[in-house]
Parts: sequence; C-alpha cells; structure tokens
Amino acid sequence: MRTSVEIRSAPHIKRPRSVEQIMRNVVLSLLPVCTFFVYQYGISAAALILVVTGACLLSERLFVRLGGQAGDLSDYSATITGVLLGLTLPPGFPLWMGLVAGFAAIALGKALFGGIGFNVFNPALVGRAFVQAAFPAAIATYTPSFLPGRFMEFIPSSLAWPLMAPADNTAWLKGMPLDAWTGATPLAKWKFEGTLTAVGDLLTSLSGHLAVGPSPALILLCGAYLALRRFMDWRIPTAVLGSAGLTAWLIYAIGGAKYPDPFFTLFSGGLILGAVYMATDMATSPVTPRGMWLYGILIGVLTVMIRYYGGLPEGVMYAILIANATTPLIEQITQPTPFGKGASLRAGRAASYTLHPDYISREEAAAKTSKKRFFKNKPKKP
Amino acid sequence: MKLLSYFRGEAFQRGVHPPGFKHTADMPIRRLPFAPRLVVPLSQHIGRPSRPIVRVGEEVVRGQPIAEADGWLSVPQHAPASGVVEAIELRPSARGPWTESIVIRVYEASTQEVLWGAPQDMDAFPPQEILLAVQRTGMVGQGGAAFPSHAKLALPAGASVETLVVNGCECEPYLTCDHRLMVEHSSDLMVGIRYAMHATGAKRAIIGVEDNKPEAAAVLRRALPLAGDILVEMVPTKYPQGSEKMLITALFGVEIPSGKLPLALGMVVHNVGTLAALGRLLPSGQGLIERVVTVAGPGVARPGNYRVPIGTPLSFVLAQTGAQDSGAGQARQVILGGPMMGQSVASLDVPVTKGVSGVLVFRGEDMTANEGRKTYPCIKCGECVESCPMGLNPSMLGMLAARREYDLMGEQYHLGDCFECGSCTWICPSNIPLVQQFRIAKQILREKAVA
Repeated sequence: MRTSVEIRSAPHIKRPRSVEQIMRNVVLSLLPVCTFFVYQYGISAAALILVVTGACLLSERLFVRLGGQAGDLSDYSATITGVLLGLTLPPGFPLWMGLVAGFAAIALGKALFGGIGFNVFNPALVGRAFVQAAFPAAIATYTPSFLPGRFMEFIPSSLAWPLMAPADNTAWLKGMPLDAWTGATPLAKWKFEGTLTAVGDLLTSLSGHLAVGPSPALILLCGAYLALRRFMDWRIPTAVLGSAGLTAWLIYAIGGAKYPDPFFTLFSGGLILGAVYMATDMATSPVTPRGMWLYGILIGVLTVMIRYYGGLPEGVMYAILIANATTPLIEQITQPTPFGKGASLRAGRAASYTLHPDYISREEAAAKTSKKRFFKNKPKKP
Repeated sequence: MKLLSYFRGEAFQRGVHPPGFKHTADMPIRRLPFAPRLVVPLSQHIGRPSRPIVRVGEEVVRGQPIAEADGWLSVPQHAPASGVVEAIELRPSARGPWTESIVIRVYEASTQEVLWGAPQDMDAFPPQEILLAVQRTGMVGQGGAAFPSHAKLALPAGASVETLVVNGCECEPYLTCDHRLMVEHSSDLMVGIRYAMHATGAKRAIIGVEDNKPEAAAVLRRALPLAGDILVEMVPTKYPQGSEKMLITALFGVEIPSGKLPLALGMVVHNVGTLAALGRLLPSGQGLIERVVTVAGPGVARPGNYRVPIGTPLSFVLAQTGAQDSGAGQARQVILGGPMMGQSVASLDVPVTKGVSGVLVFRGEDMTANEGRKTYPCIKCGECVESCPMGLNPSMLGMLAARREYDLMGEQYHLGDCFECGSCTWICPSNIPLVQQFRIAKQILREKAVA
C-alpha cells in the first residue's frame, strides 16, 4: 500500500466552537435587546445602532488593513462593540456623534492595542467615555420612551449636521401629547431631584415615558442564554450584581432613607447591561476563575460608590474601565493552584474510598462509599 | 462551571468532554491475519533496547524469544509468528528515527501454533519471582506509555503498596480495545490482578471504569472473586481520566503531590490491558506476541477491535481493514493511539508495537474543517484554564511561549507539571496550538537543564 501520509502534532481533533461562533452568538443574543430598544425609541434608535455599528465595522476594516492585525469583520467582534455602544448612547444622540463614537471605540479602544484579543479596555466603553468627554451635553439628553409617532419621524437632535450642535428637543417635545414627561433618567432624577422610580417599572422598562435603556429583565434573559450555552462566564455578572446589591443594601441599611433601596440601584441605569455584556468582555476580564470573582466584585462596589458619592449619576462605565485596568494585576494574584501543589491530601467530596484500606470485605466497602451524585453524568451519544 | 460539576459529581477538577466516537465498542475482538513480513523493533519500550539472540537465516517458532532483556529496565522480545529471520536492520519507527529491528518472513503454510512456553505454578512464586516471570513475558504498559511492567510492579526499598488501581478508563475518543478486553477477557483480568496484588503486596484492587462502559463494569462485577478484595468502581466519563493522577483523584479524592508517584500514597496503577495479558501469559509461561488494537476512524471501511501480531506493518493493517490508498477517500493521516495524545506516523512501514492501543485513519475531507480554521490571538476566554486538569494557566503559558519566555514558563507557571493531554488545545476557540508550543518549551528547558 503506497499512500502519502501527513504528520501532525496531537491533539488531532478540535472542538468545533470558534471565536466567530462565540461572537456570533453574542450578537444573536443582543438582537432581542436591540429590537426592544427600537420598540422604545423608534427609528432614531434604529438609525443610531446602525450608524455606530457601521462606523465600528468600517474602522475595524481600516485598521486591520493598515496595521496588519489579526481578525476580520467576519469574527463579529467589531459588530458587538458597535451594537453595545449604540445601546449605551441616548436614543436621540446625533448620528454624526455616533460616527465619532464608533471610530473612537475601535481606534482608541482596540486597534491602538493591537486588535482583537490585545485590547486592555472594553472598546465600547472607551468609545462612550470619549464622546462623554467630547459631547457632555448631548450624552446627558435623554428622550422619553414610547413617544407617539416614534416610528414615523426622527428625534430632531438625531439629525444634527456634522460638527454642528444638535437641535434642542424641548420645543419638539412640548408638541407631544405627554401627560407627564421628564427629561432625566431615573438615576439623574434620584441624584438631583431625590425622586425614586418604581422598581417594577425599571425592570420591564415598559410603563410610562421613562427615559431608560432596554428592559433589564430582557437583558438578564439574554445573558442567561449566553451563560447556559457557555458563551459567557456566569461568574462575572453574578459577582458584579451580587456585590453591587450587597453594597447598596449595606449602605441602605446603615444610611437609611438618604439612599435608594438596593433594587433601584440594581435595575436603574446601565448596571445590568454593563454586568452582563460589558464586564464579561473576554479580552478585558481575567481568565482565572478566582480573578473573575474579584474583578466582578470590584466593578459592583465601585459602581455603587461612584453613584452614591461621586458627582455623576451613573458609574458603571468608569467602574468597568477601572476594573479593566486592574485585570493583569488581578490575574497575577489569582493564578490557579496546580494539581498536587495545594492542600492536596485533603480528601475531596468525590472520594469513594478511604486512602488506606481498613476493610477488605465488599459489604464494608459499600458501607464506606459515600456519593453526592444528584444527576448521573450520562455520556453523550455520539 | 464548577457548580454543574458539583451536581454531576465529577470527580477530578476541570478536564474536557470530547465526543466519544466509540463506534467499535460493540464489535468483538477479531484476529487479523499474519502479514507476510513482521518487523519487531528491539526498542518498543522505555528503557534499554533488547539484545537479539537469533541470527539472520535462523528459523523461529511462534512465541520463541528472539531478543533478551538488556538489564533491569528492559524486556525480551518474542517471535510473533513462525518463520525465518530475514534481516536484523534499521527500520522506521513511530517516533521517527529508524531503529534496529528483527524482520521475520512468515511461513505461509505454518499452523502458527504457540509451541513455546511451559506452564508455571504462579501461586507458588514469591513476589520477586513473579517480577522475573513478568519480565520474561516481555510485558510493557499496554495503555500507551510502554513502560516495562515488571519495573512498575517492583517496589523501591522501604515503600509499601496497599492498593492496586486498575485503569480501565480508556478516556481517549475512538479507542475501545480496553473496553472489549474487559468484556471478553474478564477472567484473565482477575487472574492478572491477583498476580499483581501478590507481587506488590497490595491488600485490595480497585478497577476504575468510566461510566460510558456500563456493560464492561457489569461483566467485571460478575467476575469478581468472592474474597471481596477486588472492587469495580464507575467514575464519571471525562477526559483525561485515564491519567493515573486523575483516576486516583476520582477514586480517592486526593491529589498526588506534584513530582511524586502514586507510590507516595501506597498505590500502583496498571492498565487493564496489561493485567489481562499478564493473566493469560503468566500461567502458560508465554511471551507477549500480539495485542488488541482498535482500528477506527472515518478512513477505514471495516473498523473494529483486532488482535494484531506485534510487528505487523501499518500498511498491512490498513489494507486488511479497508482503508483507501488512492482516490477520493484516501487515507491522509494515520495516528497511533488516541486522537488526543496519539502520534501521527510518517510512514506506513511502521509496525504495530506493544504500546499501540489504536490505529486511527483520517481522510483528507475529515481534516479540511480543521485545516481551514483561522488562528486568532488569545481572546482570554479562560476556557483553557477551566479545562486544564493540572490546574495550570495555558492562556498565560501560550502567550509566554509566543514570546519565548521559556524560563519564566518553567519557574512561575509550572510548565513542568503539564503532561500534554491536549485539553487546552482541543477547547481553544482561537485555534492556538498550545500544547504543541508547550512541548517545544519543555524540550528547550530539558536541553538547558542538561547543558
């Protein structure tokens, strides 16, 4: 038998899951969230997401070509950055500013560090931080949701000419048949006016004309899909939300009525979106399991601290960016313990047998066998 | 997901679940015909090569010793078929370099009866005699490591063994030879376990079987002796459970300290294939001349578990099992062992040796999926960290290897603990050749240590 064979190095099989598949699933899970956002704010929101994503994709293409960096548009990572960035901006954000945000996200947040995998900070948040510094007025202007005619006409500020200040929406909103509209986000209202929004309204984002992002309940649902299919690590959102809730509850319990109740803190602003989609960005979060917990806790605590004691109503973005910067340090101190180098002689819970046989009969052996198996680990059918 | 692992009762931490592909699990062991020429390498084991004791042109009968052990860490070789020694020369081996081999031209008309070997009363042998008898069979670890079995059974001064762990995990995908041995030769296995317990002084033996082989465990349970000192334990299926460290953790919940042998905890681990073969060979005083090999993979038309004479060239095995040598379904990669840790061979003249548990054949179209995959930079998803059974950080090691920081890898990131199971590489979504880089790094560190 004369056959030419090829030599390869083990392992010879590979799990089919690839970077593209992970990223594509994250994009898919974001689609319901985007749809809800468009349902809330109409064509302005749709245009904003499209423009920002387009800007991200174009910049990515440009820098991959220019810099010879790995990655491609087909890996969907720039799409995620664009969609997430679009979701964090107010729906009436001028489209040309969205273009700037998208470019800044990819250029400063990703390409500068060497492209996919090398970025230190979450690119979407870098883009948002950039426009927050550049256009502080525009980014603080939130339009109420569920305006009549939102699918027919743009919010005036959306269509501002490039490099021009956006039109003031106040006069336009006066013409709307709204019984009680407020221009501020629930967080800003609490911070500057001292009024709280009901937690149930925050959770669904459905009632009234709240100036809020997509429903936290929906985001949690989409996040649960990702976590269950293991496209995302469940530890980070759990740590972020757990630590934020706990910190808020502690402050609430001690400080009392001066502070909002912990559920308001959890479901207002961008905390849920940040915890589920921003903090879990793989490249900028630690790889070690213990590090993930530490990183999540840092974000949760920092968010509450900035919200309660800082000048800004919202603190998720800065909390995540600060935690991103500490990721290498966290990884350094949370390296996993290698097999046989830890407390190795401590009998684990899975032990079926004692180390030294003080029995030899099978009846006795059965008596000593302790199992904590709730579900049998059934082998998968090939 | 540690939480899910907890509910599923997974026994050792981390690890991966590659698809099983154990399509040959229900196929009984069949005998492969004798190839016209058998090539018996003198170095099929870890240790010194054997010394040939036959001359070119000499007639040999099946089972006759044709090479003797050179020292303690060496084993003899036996003629796998009756024939005439055609040459003693360099032949290609699976590891790459050509090695000294005895080539036997098989007599076609021979009945191929095993005429060599005298029955011996093993029960009367003291432990030391058993070790010598084991060495005379030429037995090496059948799981793939090919370490001389008698040396593994021998205890260093002052050490004592309480438990013999019998490794029937067979965690590699595709391979089913140990599974079939447990089902079809359970009585041989019990005999072999008895001798091994006697040789080491172990008070009990525990057979660890992964729970994807329930019928093997059932057959073994029926074959257990009444004394009750041999036990069968099912462990949850997970790769790399077949590593002795992982299996011991699964059974006893303890970790073998880094750099130590199972002996440190009073245990020795042997493969079911080794002990089943010993149970058959020792009482009759014969040598190891054949072994069960799983021939599988999409490239073979008749996959199965075959009893293959040692020294059968791969080209003959492939021809017998219906692998295409030309055209569309042509075999393009042949792997000795499992797909996770096995070795792909450079030539089909390579013979089946004592440590070969499987021959896997892949066609061109089976590999295009992997070949077309792009390699991305590490996106730090952390999957490798959660898959490494040794608790290392392959992500960090991979980035250090790309920068050639080999010393740092060894000193701070425990590269020496890596046993190259390939879990990190299997799971990596960025398609980074992690374990391949680690092999290079380990080799460079070894060379540095010698220099």
